[in-house]
Amino acid sequence: MRDVAIVSFAQHSQRREDTRNEVEMLIPVIREALEPIGLTSQDMGFTVSGSTDYLAGQAFAFVQALDAVGPWPPISESHVEMDGAFALYEAWVRLQSGDIDTALVYSFGKSSPGDVARVLALQLEPYLLGPLWPDAVSLAALQARALLDSGKATEKDLARVVSRSRKNAQANPYAQLKGDIDEAALLDEPLYADPLRKHDVPPVSDGAAVLILAAGDRARELSSNPVWIRGIDHRIDIQSPGSRDLTVSPSTTLAAKKAGVPKDPDIAELHAPFSSQELILIEALGLDETRTSINPSGGALAANAVMVAGLQRFGEAFNRINKGDARNAVVHATSGPCLQQNLVAVLEGSN
Amino acid sequence: MSDVLSAPHVMEFPYTRSTGPVVGAFLTGLRDQKVLAYHSSDGTVVCPPPEYDAHTVAPVEAAKLIEVASEGVVTSWSWNPAPRDGNPFDRPFAWALVKLDGADTSMLHALDAERGAIETGMRVRIRWAAERVGFINDIACFEPAGG
Repeated sequence: MRDVAIVSFAQHSQRREDTRNEVEMLIPVIREALEPIGLTSQDMGFTVSGSTDYLAGQAFAFVQALDAVGPWPPISESHVEMDGAFALYEAWVRLQSGDIDTALVYSFGKSSPGDVARVLALQLEPYLLGPLWPDAVSLAALQARALLDSGKATEKDLARVVSRSRKNAQANPYAQLKGDIDEAALLDEPLYADPLRKHDVPPVSDGAAVLILAAGDRARELSSNPVWIRGIDHRIDIQSPGSRDLTVSPSTTLAAKKAGVPKDPDIAELHAPFSSQELILIEALGLDETRTSINPSGGALAANAVMVAGLQRFGEAFNRINKGDARNAVVHATSGPCLQQNLVAVLEGSN
Repeated sequence: MSDVLSAPHVMEFPYTRSTGPVVGAFLTGLRDQKVLAYHSSDGTVVCPPPEYDAHTVAPVEAAKLIEVASEGVVTSWSWNPAPRDGNPFDRPFAWALVKLDGADTSMLHALDAERGAIETGMRVRIRWAAERVGFINDIACFEPAGG
């Protein structure tokens, strides 16, 4: 396998992007990612994006977003109708071919103009689930109930996850929900999508993220501390949420095994939009909360730009390792209802 | 300059899909008030039936589907405080995963019951729609059984 590293990352996220469209939102983020490595988008060997046309409500909306990159003269590019983390996986595979040394990965999502919890019902199996239009929050609440009923977690555990997210997010300028909030205050809040409270549910966010990969010596030329992808894998569980045990995530465990997740990594950036999902992922990845810093950015509970939040986990881990605040990290991204598909990567610094 | 051109923009992806041999058989069963399931290679009974065996990945044969009960037990549930277009009810209601008697897996549908009366493990049954056409909404919802 060819060594591939992250050499740059930039992001933007906020509650509501009122005035700028997706292209206008992306342009400054792409510029910000390219600036420190002194390259242009035309220098990239490969460009790949992750987004969903269902947010824009227009077929092939992702093609328009290419204007933000500048696709003329023609560039080699691709797209996945998934979170940008899965676009990163495609770029990593593309770099393995050996004929290119750099790749630009971007993702974007404007959830605020519509009802994102309902839009996400369109990703469901279209015969037996889709026609009922179960929204993303209701499905996550079914998973949370199963977890609570199993006795593996309590409402206090859910509050602990939210409290940690809010506290960690205080240092994250892109987080919307942050503050020094303790568990007791959270448990005083009323139930919303029983058994979930509103704070167990992610905020609606608009955002974009851009990440640049480089292989081998090219990565060492472009960055003084490239952050290497030591392992990456993604796996999927059975499609029907009623046909699997919702309290565990075997696909995460298998992906972690294939990616070679080390014991007690310094940090874990987990794409868990719902508090209950973070607990399931911690168990599936075999993490010890006292030895690994879980979601030091605040995670998706603090800012959840759909299709961006997974790629942001890579970027947040990159930033910390690149600065020397951490040596290594496990990064996770998810797709589909109730943690159906999961990607796990191991990042490690050069120094 | 009062003439502003305008055009309607319907935010939909109007796909037409075929149901295939297994899902089609399951939906046709619902029309006749029968719930079909698949006896999986690992010995479990999966309802609704998948198109491929999860363990051997062999195609599932519609002729080998078996019937399970229209009554079963709630394995998980959640409260939907904000019903949306297309949901089975236009008022706040519960979603439930229900394991029908004879099956080892659960299926999702709405549950018509008071929020305070719902608990995991409660027995429920299918409330059939008056008009059935071979669609998942031939099941109107689940409702408490017995009592």
